[in-house]
Amino acid sequence: MKYLCFGHMAETRWTEMSAAERQTMMAACHAYDEELKHGGHFLRGEALQPADSAVTVRWHNGEAVVTDGPYAETREQLGGLLLLEARDMNHAIQLISNHPGVRLCGPFEIRPLDEAFPEGFCDSMADTAITNQ
Amino acid sequence: MNPRTAAGLSARIDAIYRTESRRILATLIRLLGDFDQAEEAMHEAFAAAVEQWASDGIPDNPRAWLVSTGRFKFIDKLRRRTRFDTLTPELVRLQDDARSNDPAASELDGLEDDRLRLIFTCCHPALSTDAQVALTLREICDLTTEEIARSYLAAPSTLAQRIVRAKAKIKRARIPYEVPSPAELPDRLEAVLRVVYLVFNEGYAASSGDTLTRQDLSGEAIRLGRLLAELLPDPDVLGLLALMLFHEARRAARTDDTGELVRLEDQDRKLWDNATIAEANTLLDRAFAGQRIGAYTLQAAIIGVHANTATAADTDWNQIIALYDLLLRLQPSPIVQLNRAAAVSMRDGPQAGLALLDALATDEALATFHPYHAARAELLRQLGDPAAADHAYVQALHYVSQTVERRFLEKRRESLQLAGTKPLRPG
Repeated sequence: MKYLCFGHMAETRWTEMSAAERQTMMAACHAYDEELKHGGHFLRGEALQPADSAVTVRWHNGEAVVTDGPYAETREQLGGLLLLEARDMNHAIQLISNHPGVRLCGPFEIRPLDEAFPEGFCDSMADTAITNQ
Repeated sequence: MNPRTAAGLSARIDAIYRTESRRILATLIRLLGDFDQAEEAMHEAFAAAVEQWASDGIPDNPRAWLVSTGRFKFIDKLRRRTRFDTLTPELVRLQDDARSNDPAASELDGLEDDRLRLIFTCCHPALSTDAQVALTLREICDLTTEEIARSYLAAPSTLAQRIVRAKAKIKRARIPYEVPSPAELPDRLEAVLRVVYLVFNEGYAASSGDTLTRQDLSGEAIRLGRLLAELLPDPDVLGLLALMLFHEARRAARTDDTGELVRLEDQDRKLWDNATIAEANTLLDRAFAGQRIGAYTLQAAIIGVHANTATAADTDWNQIIALYDLLLRLQPSPIVQLNRAAAVSMRDGPQAGLALLDALATDEALATFHPYHAARAELLRQLGDPAAADHAYVQALHYVSQTVERRFLEKRRESLQLAGTKPLRPG
Protein backbone atom coordinates (compact mmCIF):
# COMPACT_ATOMS: atom_id res chain seq x y z
CA MET A 1 0.00 0.00 0.00
CA LYS A 2 1.14 3.52 -0.76
CA TYR A 3 1.56 6.17 1.88
CA LEU A 4 2.35 9.79 1.16
CA CYS A 5 4.46 11.27 3.92
CA PHE A 6 4.59 15.01 4.52
CA GLY A 7 7.76 16.14 6.23
CA HIS A 8 7.39 19.37 8.20
CA MET A 9 9.99 21.74 9.50
CA ALA A 10 10.11 25.05 11.29
CA GLU A 11 11.81 27.28 8.74
CA THR A 12 13.60 29.15 11.48
CA ARG A 13 15.24 25.85 12.30
CA TRP A 14 16.65 25.66 8.78
CA THR A 15 17.92 29.24 8.76
CA GLU A 16 19.49 28.78 12.20
CA MET A 17 21.48 25.76 11.05
CA SER A 18 25.13 26.17 10.17
CA ALA A 19 26.27 25.10 6.72
CA ALA A 20 27.91 22.04 8.23
CA GLU A 21 24.71 21.07 10.07
CA ARG A 22 22.70 21.41 6.88
CA GLN A 23 25.14 19.24 5.05
CA THR A 24 25.01 16.57 7.76
CA MET A 25 21.24 16.63 7.69
CA MET A 26 20.98 16.39 3.92
CA ALA A 27 23.53 13.57 3.84
CA ALA A 28 21.60 11.65 6.52
CA CYS A 29 18.32 12.08 4.63
CA HIS A 30 19.84 11.00 1.33
CA ALA A 31 21.46 7.99 2.92
CA TYR A 32 18.12 6.97 4.35
CA ASP A 33 16.44 7.47 0.96
CA GLU A 34 18.96 5.03 -0.47
CA GLU A 35 18.13 2.56 2.25
CA LEU A 36 14.42 2.91 1.46
CA LYS A 37 15.12 2.45 -2.26
CA HIS A 38 17.10 -0.65 -1.50
CA GLY A 39 14.14 -2.15 0.35
CA GLY A 40 11.77 -1.19 -2.47
CA HIS A 41 9.91 1.27 -0.24
CA PHE A 42 10.93 4.54 -1.88
CA LEU A 43 8.60 5.47 -4.74
CA ARG A 44 9.34 9.15 -4.91
CA GLY A 45 10.67 11.99 -2.81
CA GLU A 46 10.70 15.74 -3.29
CA ALA A 47 12.06 18.70 -1.34
CA LEU A 48 10.06 21.95 -1.45
CA GLN A 49 11.23 25.55 -1.66
CA PRO A 50 10.56 27.63 1.49
CA ALA A 51 6.90 28.30 2.36
CA ASP A 52 7.20 31.99 1.36
CA SER A 53 7.49 30.75 -2.23
CA ALA A 54 3.95 29.41 -1.95
CA VAL A 55 0.81 30.78 -3.56
CA THR A 56 -2.68 29.82 -2.41
CA VAL A 57 -5.64 29.81 -4.79
CA ARG A 58 -9.19 29.69 -3.44
CA TRP A 59 -12.65 30.27 -4.85
CA HIS A 60 -14.18 33.48 -3.55
CA ASN A 61 -17.24 35.39 -4.82
CA GLY A 62 -17.32 33.47 -8.08
CA GLU A 63 -13.66 33.75 -8.96
CA ALA A 64 -10.34 32.19 -8.18
CA VAL A 65 -8.49 34.48 -5.79
CA VAL A 66 -4.75 34.22 -5.40
CA THR A 67 -3.00 35.06 -2.16
CA ASP A 68 0.64 34.82 -1.30
CA GLY A 69 1.95 32.35 1.23
CA PRO A 70 0.97 28.85 2.28
CA TYR A 71 -2.62 27.75 2.94
CA ALA A 72 -2.04 27.06 6.63
CA GLU A 73 -0.10 29.62 8.67
CA THR A 74 1.69 27.28 11.01
CA ARG A 75 5.09 27.48 12.59
CA GLU A 76 6.10 24.22 10.98
CA GLN A 77 5.67 24.17 7.22
CA LEU A 78 5.70 21.44 4.64
CA GLY A 79 9.30 20.94 3.57
CA GLY A 80 9.29 17.68 1.66
CA LEU A 81 7.21 14.82 0.35
CA LEU A 82 7.95 11.14 0.34
CA LEU A 83 5.84 8.50 -1.39
CA LEU A 84 6.35 5.16 0.35
CA GLU A 85 5.39 1.62 -0.46
CA ALA A 86 4.71 -0.14 2.85
CA ARG A 87 3.04 -3.33 3.98
CA ASP A 88 0.61 -1.51 6.25
CA MET A 89 0.33 1.54 8.52
CA ASN A 90 2.58 0.04 11.20
CA HIS A 91 5.24 -0.59 8.58
CA ALA A 92 4.91 2.99 7.27
CA ILE A 93 5.16 4.31 10.84
CA GLN A 94 8.25 2.21 11.40
CA LEU A 95 9.89 3.41 8.16
CA ILE A 96 9.19 7.05 8.98
CA SER A 97 10.22 6.70 12.62
CA ASN A 98 13.68 5.76 11.40
CA HIS A 99 13.83 8.72 8.99
CA PRO A 100 16.53 11.18 10.12
CA GLY A 101 14.15 14.02 9.18
CA VAL A 102 11.91 13.19 12.13
CA ARG A 103 14.84 13.65 14.48
CA LEU A 104 16.57 16.53 12.69
CA CYS A 105 13.77 18.53 11.02
CA GLY A 106 10.25 18.10 12.33
CA PRO A 107 7.06 16.03 12.40
CA PHE A 108 5.98 13.82 9.50
CA GLU A 109 2.35 13.24 8.62
CA ILE A 110 1.58 9.87 7.04
CA ARG A 111 -1.43 9.64 4.74
CA PRO A 112 -2.56 6.43 3.08
CA LEU A 113 -3.41 6.98 -0.57
CA ASP A 114 -7.05 6.50 -1.48
CA GLU A 115 -7.31 3.14 -3.18
CA ALA A 116 -10.69 4.09 -4.62
CA PHE A 117 -8.81 6.10 -7.25
CA PRO A 118 -8.31 4.33 -10.59
CA GLU A 119 -5.71 1.61 -10.26
CA GLY A 120 -2.30 2.67 -11.43
CA PHE A 121 -3.07 6.37 -11.13
CA CYS A 122 -0.22 6.90 -8.70
CA ASP A 123 2.13 4.55 -10.55
CA SER A 124 1.62 6.36 -13.82
CA MET A 125 2.09 9.69 -12.07
CA ALA A 126 5.39 8.47 -10.62
CA ASP A 127 6.42 7.02 -14.00
CA THR A 128 5.71 10.29 -15.77
CA ALA A 129 7.70 12.13 -13.18
CA ILE A 130 10.65 9.81 -13.61
CA THR A 131 10.64 10.06 -17.43
CA ASN A 132 10.40 13.83 -17.21
CA GLN A 133 13.56 14.05 -15.17
CA MET B 1 -29.60 -27.69 32.94
CA ASN B 2 -30.46 -30.27 30.32
CA PRO B 3 -29.06 -29.17 26.96
CA ARG B 4 -31.51 -31.47 25.19
CA THR B 5 -34.46 -29.23 26.00
CA ALA B 6 -34.89 -26.05 23.99
CA ALA B 7 -34.57 -23.85 27.10
CA GLY B 8 -31.49 -25.76 28.21
CA LEU B 9 -29.81 -25.36 24.84
CA SER B 10 -30.65 -21.68 24.66
CA ALA B 11 -29.14 -21.15 28.13
CA ARG B 12 -25.97 -23.01 27.08
CA ILE B 13 -25.65 -20.92 23.94
CA ASP B 14 -26.14 -17.74 25.95
CA ALA B 15 -23.40 -18.86 28.32
CA ILE B 16 -21.08 -19.66 25.40
CA TYR B 17 -21.83 -16.24 23.92
CA ARG B 18 -20.89 -14.54 27.19
CA THR B 19 -17.61 -16.37 27.67
CA GLU B 20 -16.52 -16.92 24.07
CA SER B 21 -18.00 -14.25 21.80
CA ARG B 22 -15.06 -11.81 22.17
CA ARG B 23 -12.54 -14.57 21.46
CA ILE B 24 -14.52 -15.71 18.44
CA LEU B 25 -14.89 -12.15 17.18
CA ALA B 26 -11.16 -11.50 17.62
CA THR B 27 -10.31 -14.59 15.55
CA LEU B 28 -12.89 -13.84 12.87
CA ILE B 29 -11.51 -10.31 12.48
CA ARG B 30 -8.13 -11.87 11.77
CA LEU B 31 -9.56 -14.44 9.35
CA LEU B 32 -11.92 -12.11 7.50
CA GLY B 33 -9.87 -8.92 7.81
CA ASP B 34 -12.85 -6.74 8.60
CA PHE B 35 -14.51 -5.75 11.89
CA ASP B 36 -18.07 -5.46 10.58
CA GLN B 37 -17.99 -8.61 8.48
CA ALA B 38 -16.55 -10.51 11.42
CA GLU B 39 -19.31 -9.28 13.71
CA GLU B 40 -21.99 -10.24 11.22
CA ALA B 41 -20.42 -13.65 10.56
CA MET B 42 -20.24 -14.32 14.29
CA HIS B 43 -23.92 -13.53 14.77
CA GLU B 44 -24.83 -15.77 11.85
CA ALA B 45 -22.74 -18.54 13.38
CA PHE B 46 -24.58 -18.24 16.69
CA ALA B 47 -27.91 -18.24 14.83
CA ALA B 48 -26.83 -21.41 12.99
CA ALA B 49 -25.81 -22.98 16.30
CA VAL B 50 -29.34 -22.56 17.68
CA GLU B 51 -30.72 -24.68 14.82
CA GLN B 52 -27.98 -27.19 14.28
CA TRP B 53 -27.10 -27.95 17.88
CA ALA B 54 -30.77 -28.68 18.59
CA SER B 55 -30.59 -31.68 16.25
CA ASP B 56 -26.88 -32.62 16.35
CA GLY B 57 -26.08 -31.74 19.96
CA ILE B 58 -23.43 -29.32 21.16
CA PRO B 59 -20.05 -29.97 19.45
CA ASP B 60 -17.00 -30.91 21.52
CA ASN B 61 -15.38 -27.59 20.83
CA PRO B 62 -18.15 -24.99 20.44
CA ARG B 63 -15.69 -22.16 19.91
CA ALA B 64 -13.94 -23.86 16.97
CA TRP B 65 -17.34 -24.77 15.51
CA LEU B 66 -18.52 -21.16 15.74
CA VAL B 67 -15.33 -19.74 14.23
CA SER B 68 -15.43 -22.22 11.38
CA THR B 69 -19.16 -21.68 10.75
CA GLY B 70 -18.71 -17.91 10.85
CA ARG B 71 -15.95 -18.13 8.26
CA PHE B 72 -18.02 -20.34 5.94
CA LYS B 73 -21.03 -18.04 6.32
CA PHE B 74 -18.83 -15.18 5.18
CA ILE B 75 -17.45 -17.17 2.23
CA ASP B 76 -21.00 -18.10 1.23
CA LYS B 77 -21.98 -14.46 1.27
CA LEU B 78 -19.01 -13.46 -0.87
CA ARG B 79 -19.87 -16.27 -3.31
CA ARG B 80 -23.45 -15.12 -3.60
CA ARG B 81 -22.23 -11.63 -4.36
CA THR B 82 -19.53 -12.64 -6.82
CA ARG B 83 -20.01 -14.50 -10.08
CA PHE B 84 -18.17 -17.79 -10.04
CA ASP B 85 -15.88 -16.90 -12.94
CA THR B 86 -14.79 -13.69 -11.29
CA LEU B 87 -13.56 -15.12 -8.02
CA THR B 88 -11.84 -12.36 -6.15
CA PRO B 89 -8.35 -13.02 -4.79
CA GLU B 90 -9.88 -12.44 -1.38
CA LEU B 91 -12.38 -15.26 -1.87
CA VAL B 92 -9.74 -17.60 -3.26
CA ARG B 93 -7.53 -16.96 -0.25
CA LEU B 94 -10.37 -17.52 2.20
CA GLN B 95 -11.49 -20.72 0.51
CA ASP B 96 -7.96 -22.07 0.34
CA ASP B 97 -7.39 -21.21 3.98
CA ALA B 98 -10.62 -22.86 4.98
CA ARG B 99 -9.99 -26.03 2.94
CA SER B 100 -6.37 -26.59 3.74
CA ASN B 101 -6.81 -26.42 7.48
CA ASP B 102 -8.41 -28.69 9.96
CA PRO B 103 -10.71 -26.07 11.42
CA ALA B 104 -10.93 -27.59 14.88
CA ALA B 105 -7.19 -27.36 15.43
CA SER B 106 -5.76 -24.56 13.33
CA GLU B 107 -8.38 -21.94 14.03
CA LEU B 108 -7.59 -22.18 17.70
CA ASP B 109 -3.90 -21.60 17.07
CA GLY B 110 -2.87 -18.26 18.41
CA LEU B 111 -6.36 -17.61 19.64
CA GLU B 112 -5.13 -15.77 22.71
CA ASP B 113 -2.97 -13.72 20.34
CA ASP B 114 -6.14 -12.76 18.51
CA ARG B 115 -7.50 -11.16 21.64
CA LEU B 116 -4.27 -9.22 22.06
CA ARG B 117 -4.37 -8.25 18.38
CA LEU B 118 -7.86 -6.88 18.93
CA ILE B 119 -6.77 -4.89 21.99
CA PHE B 120 -3.73 -3.40 20.26
CA THR B 121 -5.72 -2.55 17.14
CA CYS B 122 -8.49 -0.83 19.09
CA CYS B 123 -5.86 1.20 20.98
CA HIS B 124 -3.71 2.00 17.94
CA PRO B 125 -2.05 5.43 18.19
CA ALA B 126 -3.33 6.30 14.69
CA LEU B 127 -6.81 6.57 16.26
CA SER B 128 -7.88 9.45 18.49
CA THR B 129 -8.13 8.73 22.21
CA ASP B 130 -11.92 9.08 22.06
CA ALA B 131 -12.05 6.57 19.22
CA GLN B 132 -9.72 4.19 21.06
CA VAL B 133 -11.95 4.28 24.13
CA ALA B 134 -15.19 3.83 22.15
CA LEU B 135 -13.79 1.00 20.02
CA THR B 136 -12.35 -0.79 23.05
CA LEU B 137 -15.66 -0.65 24.90
CA ARG B 138 -17.58 -1.75 21.82
CA GLU B 139 -15.35 -4.52 20.46
CA ILE B 140 -13.56 -5.90 23.51
CA CYS B 141 -16.06 -5.23 26.30
CA ASP B 142 -19.11 -5.83 24.07
CA LEU B 143 -20.98 -2.78 25.34
CA THR B 144 -23.61 -1.55 22.93
CA THR B 145 -23.19 1.85 21.29
CA GLU B 146 -26.13 3.07 23.41
CA GLU B 147 -24.49 1.87 26.62
CA ILE B 148 -21.22 3.62 25.75
CA ALA B 149 -23.09 6.80 24.82
CA ARG B 150 -24.95 6.74 28.14
CA SER B 151 -21.73 6.21 30.09
CA TYR B 152 -20.07 9.16 28.40
CA LEU B 153 -23.20 11.35 28.33
CA ALA B 154 -22.89 11.57 24.56
CA ALA B 155 -25.47 11.14 21.83
CA PRO B 156 -25.62 7.54 20.53
CA SER B 157 -25.34 8.88 16.97
CA THR B 158 -22.06 10.63 17.88
CA LEU B 159 -20.69 7.44 19.41
CA ALA B 160 -21.85 5.32 16.48
CA GLN B 161 -20.18 7.68 14.04
CA ARG B 162 -16.97 7.65 16.07
CA ILE B 163 -16.87 3.84 15.94
CA VAL B 164 -17.74 3.66 12.25
CA ARG B 165 -15.00 6.18 11.43
CA ALA B 166 -12.42 4.34 13.52
CA LYS B 167 -13.23 1.04 11.81
CA ALA B 168 -13.06 2.73 8.41
CA LYS B 169 -9.67 4.20 9.28
CA ILE B 170 -8.35 0.81 10.39
CA LYS B 171 -9.40 -0.63 7.07
CA ARG B 172 -8.52 2.20 4.72
CA ALA B 173 -5.19 3.21 6.25
CA ARG B 174 -4.44 -0.50 6.60
CA ILE B 175 -3.75 -0.52 10.31
CA PRO B 176 -2.61 -4.10 10.75
CA TYR B 177 -4.23 -6.62 13.07
CA GLU B 178 -1.18 -7.65 14.99
CA VAL B 179 0.57 -7.73 18.31
CA PRO B 180 3.37 -5.14 18.14
CA SER B 181 6.97 -6.30 17.79
CA PRO B 182 9.04 -6.43 20.99
CA ALA B 183 10.69 -3.11 20.02
CA GLU B 184 7.34 -1.32 19.72
CA LEU B 185 5.63 -3.14 22.57
CA PRO B 186 6.46 -0.78 25.48
CA ASP B 187 5.02 2.30 23.72
CA ARG B 188 2.03 0.47 22.35
CA LEU B 189 1.27 -1.17 25.68
CA GLU B 190 1.42 2.23 27.34
CA ALA B 191 -1.31 3.41 24.94
CA VAL B 192 -3.48 0.40 25.85
CA LEU B 193 -2.99 0.95 29.57
CA ARG B 194 -3.84 4.62 29.16
CA VAL B 195 -7.18 3.68 27.56
CA VAL B 196 -7.93 1.19 30.34
CA TYR B 197 -7.12 3.76 33.04
CA LEU B 198 -9.16 6.47 31.25
CA VAL B 199 -12.18 4.17 31.24
CA PHE B 200 -11.61 3.35 34.90
CA ASN B 201 -11.34 7.00 35.91
CA GLU B 202 -14.42 7.95 33.95
CA GLY B 203 -16.29 5.38 36.01
CA TYR B 204 -14.56 6.17 39.27
CA ALA B 205 -15.04 9.93 39.12
CA ALA B 206 -18.83 9.37 39.11
CA SER B 207 -19.28 13.11 38.94
CA SER B 208 -22.50 13.35 37.05
CA GLY B 209 -25.14 11.34 35.35
CA ASP B 210 -26.20 7.86 36.32
CA THR B 211 -23.78 6.75 39.02
CA LEU B 212 -24.56 3.08 38.49
CA THR B 213 -23.77 3.14 34.78
CA ARG B 214 -20.49 4.86 35.45
CA GLN B 215 -19.60 2.34 38.11
CA ASP B 216 -20.01 -0.24 35.34
CA LEU B 217 -17.25 1.54 33.44
CA SER B 218 -14.84 0.95 36.34
CA GLY B 219 -15.92 -2.67 36.33
CA GLU B 220 -15.26 -2.91 32.60
CA ALA B 221 -11.82 -1.36 33.05
CA ILE B 222 -10.98 -3.88 35.77
CA ARG B 223 -12.19 -6.72 33.54
CA LEU B 224 -9.95 -5.37 30.77
CA GLY B 225 -7.08 -5.17 33.24
CA ARG B 226 -7.63 -8.80 34.27
CA LEU B 227 -7.74 -9.90 30.64
CA LEU B 228 -4.47 -8.09 29.93
CA ALA B 229 -2.88 -9.51 33.08
CA GLU B 230 -3.81 -12.96 31.83
CA LEU B 231 -2.62 -12.45 28.24
CA LEU B 232 0.39 -10.21 28.84
CA PRO B 233 1.49 -10.23 32.49
CA ASP B 234 3.88 -7.32 32.08
CA PRO B 235 4.77 -5.52 35.37
CA ASP B 236 3.01 -2.35 34.18
CA VAL B 237 -0.18 -4.32 33.47
CA LEU B 238 -0.10 -5.89 36.93
CA GLY B 239 0.65 -2.50 38.47
CA LEU B 240 -2.31 -0.85 36.74
CA LEU B 241 -4.65 -3.66 37.75
CA ALA B 242 -3.45 -3.36 41.36
CA LEU B 243 -3.95 0.42 41.20
CA MET B 244 -7.52 0.06 39.94
CA LEU B 245 -8.34 -2.61 42.53
CA PHE B 246 -6.97 -0.51 45.42
CA HIS B 247 -9.22 2.35 44.28
CA GLU B 248 -12.16 0.04 43.75
CA ALA B 249 -11.78 -1.48 47.22
CA ARG B 250 -12.50 1.94 48.74
CA ARG B 251 -15.56 2.69 46.62
CA ALA B 252 -18.18 2.12 49.33
CA ALA B 253 -16.34 4.46 51.72
CA ARG B 254 -15.74 7.27 49.23
CA THR B 255 -19.19 8.80 49.48
CA ASP B 256 -21.54 9.06 52.44
CA ASP B 257 -25.25 8.14 52.55
CA THR B 258 -26.19 11.39 50.86
CA GLY B 259 -23.68 10.92 48.04
CA GLU B 260 -21.22 13.51 49.41
CA LEU B 261 -17.50 12.99 49.02
CA VAL B 262 -15.58 11.58 52.01
CA ARG B 263 -11.84 12.30 52.11
CA LEU B 264 -9.36 9.47 52.47
CA GLU B 265 -8.46 10.37 56.05
CA ASP B 266 -12.14 10.51 57.05
CA GLN B 267 -13.23 7.27 55.39
CA ASP B 268 -14.59 4.42 57.47
CA ARG B 269 -11.93 1.83 56.74
CA LYS B 270 -14.22 -1.00 57.84
CA LEU B 271 -16.09 -0.35 54.60
CA TRP B 272 -12.99 -1.09 52.54
CA ASP B 273 -13.14 -4.37 50.68
CA ASN B 274 -10.42 -6.59 52.17
CA ALA B 275 -10.63 -9.34 49.56
CA THR B 276 -10.02 -6.82 46.77
CA ILE B 277 -7.14 -5.25 48.74
CA ALA B 278 -5.60 -8.71 49.21
CA GLU B 279 -5.84 -9.37 45.47
CA ALA B 280 -4.24 -5.99 44.73
CA ASN B 281 -1.44 -6.73 47.23
CA THR B 282 -0.61 -9.98 45.45
CA LEU B 283 -0.57 -8.24 42.06
CA LEU B 284 1.62 -5.47 43.43
CA ASP B 285 4.13 -8.01 44.75
CA ARG B 286 4.27 -9.61 41.31
CA ALA B 287 4.71 -6.19 39.66
CA PHE B 288 7.60 -5.34 41.99
CA ALA B 289 9.23 -8.68 41.23
CA GLY B 290 9.52 -7.63 37.56
CA GLN B 291 12.58 -6.25 35.83
CA ARG B 292 11.54 -2.63 35.99
CA ILE B 293 9.14 -0.61 38.09
CA GLY B 294 6.67 1.53 36.14
CA ALA B 295 4.57 4.56 37.05
CA TYR B 296 1.34 2.59 37.53
CA THR B 297 3.10 0.24 39.93
CA LEU B 298 4.41 3.14 41.99
CA GLN B 299 0.99 4.79 42.09
CA ALA B 300 -0.49 1.47 43.17
CA ALA B 301 2.16 1.14 45.87
CA ILE B 302 1.27 4.59 47.23
CA ILE B 303 -2.44 3.79 47.44
CA GLY B 304 -1.47 0.37 48.75
CA VAL B 305 0.16 1.97 51.77
CA HIS B 306 -3.16 3.63 52.61
CA ALA B 307 -5.17 0.53 51.82
CA ASN B 308 -3.09 -1.58 54.19
CA THR B 309 -3.14 0.89 57.11
CA ALA B 310 -5.85 0.39 59.73
CA THR B 311 -6.26 4.04 60.77
CA ALA B 312 -5.34 7.29 59.03
CA ALA B 313 -3.11 8.26 61.99
CA ASP B 314 -0.92 5.18 61.45
CA THR B 315 -0.10 6.12 57.83
CA ASP B 316 3.58 5.65 57.00
CA TRP B 317 4.19 9.03 55.36
CA ASN B 318 7.93 8.37 55.05
CA GLN B 319 7.23 5.44 52.79
CA ILE B 320 4.66 7.39 50.78
CA ILE B 321 7.05 10.30 50.26
CA ALA B 322 9.82 7.90 49.23
CA LEU B 323 7.47 6.36 46.65
CA TYR B 324 6.54 9.83 45.35
CA ASP B 325 10.25 10.60 44.99
CA LEU B 326 10.64 7.51 42.81
CA LEU B 327 7.52 8.40 40.84
CA LEU B 328 8.87 11.92 40.25
CA ARG B 329 11.96 10.45 38.65
CA LEU B 330 9.79 8.51 36.19
CA GLN B 331 7.13 11.16 35.78
CA PRO B 332 8.39 14.62 36.69
CA SER B 333 4.91 16.17 36.51
CA PRO B 334 3.57 19.07 38.59
CA ILE B 335 0.64 16.91 39.67
CA VAL B 336 2.99 14.38 41.23
CA GLN B 337 4.78 17.33 42.89
CA LEU B 338 1.44 18.49 44.27
CA ASN B 339 0.60 15.07 45.70
CA ARG B 340 4.06 14.76 47.19
CA ALA B 341 3.68 18.20 48.82
CA ALA B 342 0.41 17.04 50.40
CA ALA B 343 2.19 13.98 51.80
CA VAL B 344 5.03 16.15 53.13
CA SER B 345 2.47 18.36 54.91
CA MET B 346 1.13 15.26 56.66
CA ARG B 347 4.61 14.25 57.85
CA ASP B 348 6.28 17.61 58.52
CA GLY B 349 3.29 19.87 59.13
CA PRO B 350 1.31 22.42 57.07
CA GLN B 351 4.11 24.99 56.90
CA ALA B 352 6.44 22.58 55.10
CA GLY B 353 3.67 21.51 52.72
CA LEU B 354 2.68 25.10 51.97
CA ALA B 355 6.28 26.06 51.18
CA LEU B 356 6.40 23.27 48.58
CA LEU B 357 3.03 24.29 47.12
CA ASP B 358 4.02 27.96 46.90
CA ALA B 359 7.18 26.95 45.05
CA LEU B 360 4.88 25.45 42.39
CA ALA B 361 2.80 28.65 42.09
CA THR B 362 4.27 29.62 38.71
CA ASP B 363 3.31 26.32 37.10
CA GLU B 364 0.73 26.98 34.39
CA ALA B 365 -0.93 23.58 34.60
CA LEU B 366 -1.43 23.82 38.35
CA ALA B 367 -2.76 27.40 38.19
CA THR B 368 -6.03 26.11 36.71
CA PHE B 369 -6.06 22.77 38.56
CA HIS B 370 -8.56 22.96 41.42
CA PRO B 371 -6.87 20.35 43.66
CA TYR B 372 -3.84 22.66 43.86
CA HIS B 373 -5.89 25.54 45.23
CA ALA B 374 -7.94 23.21 47.45
CA ALA B 375 -4.73 21.78 48.95
CA ARG B 376 -3.42 25.30 49.61
CA ALA B 377 -6.75 26.26 51.19
CA GLU B 378 -6.60 23.31 53.59
CA LEU B 379 -3.03 24.12 54.65
CA LEU B 380 -3.78 27.82 55.10
CA ARG B 381 -6.79 26.87 57.22
CA GLN B 382 -4.60 24.68 59.42
CA LEU B 383 -2.12 27.52 59.75
CA GLY B 384 -4.89 29.80 61.02
CA ASP B 385 -5.08 32.16 58.03
CA PRO B 386 -8.80 32.06 57.13
CA ALA B 387 -8.61 35.05 54.77
CA ALA B 388 -5.93 33.46 52.63
CA ALA B 389 -7.67 30.08 52.89
CA ASP B 390 -10.94 31.64 51.75
CA HIS B 391 -9.19 33.18 48.75
CA ALA B 392 -7.71 29.78 47.84
CA TYR B 393 -11.15 28.11 48.16
CA VAL B 394 -12.58 30.71 45.80
CA GLN B 395 -9.88 29.90 43.26
CA ALA B 396 -10.49 26.16 43.67
CA LEU B 397 -14.22 26.70 43.15
CA HIS B 398 -13.48 28.72 40.04
CA TYR B 399 -11.76 25.76 38.39
CA VAL B 400 -13.75 22.79 39.74
CA SER B 401 -16.16 21.21 37.27
CA GLN B 402 -17.53 18.18 39.07
CA THR B 403 -20.72 18.67 41.04
CA VAL B 404 -19.81 16.47 44.00
CA GLU B 405 -16.38 18.02 44.38
CA ARG B 406 -17.87 21.50 44.06
CA ARG B 407 -20.33 20.81 46.88
CA PHE B 408 -17.48 19.46 48.99
CA LEU B 409 -15.39 22.59 48.46
CA GLU B 410 -18.35 24.86 49.12
CA LYS B 411 -18.94 23.12 52.45
CA ARG B 412 -15.29 23.43 53.41
CA ARG B 413 -15.41 27.11 52.59
CA GLU B 414 -18.61 27.63 54.60
CA SER B 415 -17.16 25.87 57.63
CA LEU B 416 -14.19 28.21 57.41
CA GLN B 417 -16.46 31.24 57.63
CA LEU B 418 -18.40 29.74 60.56
CA ALA B 419 -15.20 29.00 62.44
CA GLY B 420 -14.01 32.58 62.10
CA THR B 421 -10.32 32.90 62.77
CA LYS B 422 -10.10 29.79 64.93
CA PRO B 423 -7.66 27.31 63.40
CA LEU B 424 -9.25 23.97 62.64
CA ARG B 425 -7.87 20.50 62.88
CA PRO B 426 -7.73 18.90 59.45
CA GLY B 427 -10.67 16.76 58.43
